[in-house]
Amino acid sequence: MKLEKGTPLIDQHDENGYWGGKFGGNQIAESLNYPIEELTREFEKLRNDKTFIAERDYYFKNFVGAPTPFIKLENLTKHLGGAQIYCKLVSKATGGAHKAYNAVVHSLICKRLGKTYIGGDTGAGYAGKMLSMAAAKFNLKCKIFMGAKDLERQSINVFSMRSYGAEVVPVNSGSQTLVDAVSECMRWWTSENEEAHMCVGSTVGPTIFVKICAWSTAQISREMKKQVIDEFGEVPKDMKLINCVGGGSSAAGFWNEWIDYDNVELIGVEAGGPEKSSKHAAPLTNDSPIGVLHGATQYVIQDDQGEIEETESISAGLDYPGVSPLHCFLKETGRARYTSASDEEAIEAFQLVSKNEGFVSPSLEPSHAFAEAIKIAPKLSKDTIIVVDSCGDSAKDSKIIAERLGYKI
Amino acid sequence: MTLSTLIKSFERAKEDNRAALLTYTVGGDPDKKTSLNIFKSIAESGADIIECGLGHGANIGDGGAIQDSTYRALSGGIKTDDIFEIIEDFKKDYKTDVIIMTYQNKIMAYGEEDFLEKCVSSKVSGIICVDWPWPLNLDFAKKCKENSIVFIQLLCPTTNEDRLKSILNDAHEVVYYISMLSTTGQKLKVSSDEIKKRFNLIKKISPDKKCIIGFGITADTINDFKDTDACVVGSALCREITRSIDEKLNPATNVGNMVGDLKQKLSS
Repeated sequence: MKLEKGTPLIDQHDENGYWGGKFGGNQIAESLNYPIEELTREFEKLRNDKTFIAERDYYFKNFVGAPTPFIKLENLTKHLGGAQIYCKLVSKATGGAHKAYNAVVHSLICKRLGKTYIGGDTGAGYAGKMLSMAAAKFNLKCKIFMGAKDLERQSINVFSMRSYGAEVVPVNSGSQTLVDAVSECMRWWTSENEEAHMCVGSTVGPTIFVKICAWSTAQISREMKKQVIDEFGEVPKDMKLINCVGGGSSAAGFWNEWIDYDNVELIGVEAGGPEKSSKHAAPLTNDSPIGVLHGATQYVIQDDQGEIEETESISAGLDYPGVSPLHCFLKETGRARYTSASDEEAIEAFQLVSKNEGFVSPSLEPSHAFAEAIKIAPKLSKDTIIVVDSCGDSAKDSKIIAERLGYKI
Repeated sequence: MTLSTLIKSFERAKEDNRAALLTYTVGGDPDKKTSLNIFKSIAESGADIIECGLGHGANIGDGGAIQDSTYRALSGGIKTDDIFEIIEDFKKDYKTDVIIMTYQNKIMAYGEEDFLEKCVSSKVSGIICVDWPWPLNLDFAKKCKENSIVFIQLLCPTTNEDRLKSILNDAHEVVYYISMLSTTGQKLKVSSDEIKKRFNLIKKISPDKKCIIGFGITADTINDFKDTDACVVGSALCREITRSIDEKLNPATNVGNMVGDLKQKLSS
């Protein structure tokens, strides 16, 4: 399996939608074939349409707030010694995370398709919050599917979704988390696809959804590339880009422009779960078997019967048993390295970063990425540049973190 | 094997001047023994073909009633091998054809070759795989054919005519028409006449292929499909299993009664 230089990662799939001939695809019910073909045609047209691109950029700049800051974490660098640590502060995007990019693009596509109704899944609640936000702006009726367990632990984002007028549907089947929310959302779309558009909240699902999401989050690395060159005058000789990976949408966007740069190491950090538990949400790190989930072939945490196993992570946004076909492909080609951080390491990283940097207070998802940076930075020289994507803000996790640390709020 | 037994089941129904009656229940719901009894009761009540669900927890095509059945089976510890055992036991005493309806990950996890070998040894006549669409399924369909198992291609209202023709061209003797855009068990949202119009189009393109009509068919509408090849009732039966369990009644007897009633409505 090989990467092709000069071809965007999202386009390196075969005619059946498989990256490396193996990951992704459209393993869907026949009832979804037509809407997926329709969406594929529309997206391929729109991504080459200058008016559409201008519209996208207008909303990214004025509504989402692009570019987000690229800053040096001087205190953390000094505290750890070793590599210089930078941060792409994507959490400054409106709404507090990278999910706004995909939500805006899907809402614009929905309108171009002549549809007035959009539905989506959510885990941590960011994808749902941003989709609700964009739907309100673009006058779209909006429905969000969310696992009942996530509804409870991410109530702050649920409040936002409802404020934006979205209908939030609790999903009570299975583990009541993101995996069930995505299944239920796909079932809903199977029934409603003539009238409604579906937004998959991450780089998962049938090929076209992987592509649209990664194309949208690619904004992160597009703007960051300029910021890196402004800062260093050139692309640093030794740069490591660390990102958390659940479904993989922020990592795909954070890395997109750097895939062809061999001197840039890509490190993905999955959710290792609680230290004393065998449960995790790290299919790449733990070599989970290949299977089909939500219409795509990928590494997926499952038992010998092909049943999806329960995952566990303190971070709702990483609590997903599968992972983007893009990351399966990047792993298999050796382009990216994947590891995991435990719940405890993520909490410690959150504390250390917040205490040292103040302006940067990562949510539990990027706290996993920071945990890896904290682990490796002291062993590296000051000529090494580490950039962490702080893709979410901790506000939504206040309750969980406070409880864990013994505070009452 | 010459003519598949499956085709004979359709032809026997045709001789009775009616469509064949297919039932769908989830294998192993609520447990292995009851599930076998349900199959026996269904067969004795006159169903022509039994569709046995090999349920998958993260399915993307099942409505609430079938999800409940799947959940009961899986949380009771039912494994793929249990489903094969139920079918094998059933086939010792009954000639009624059994088709497995499942999801791709169940087959992948078992291994394609092993899965087919088990299908042969337990006398499964056909396979429907909800999330393995044409043309991605062609290699597996070929392997099914080599084992004299009918791989049943799915068609739906938004399958355009070109695709319809291509699928029918590659299809084995039997295809399945999903009558409406929905998950299983929802209210029929298109008229019976519209469904029959599509059915007739399929038959015009491929007169020799048998076409099963599924999704949204209940006791109220089943007679509308008397002149077609076959129709499936599933969610209503799964709901009946749930009701029987809740009310501490015998699911096999109740499901059997329901099938008897459906058969009568289809024959009248």
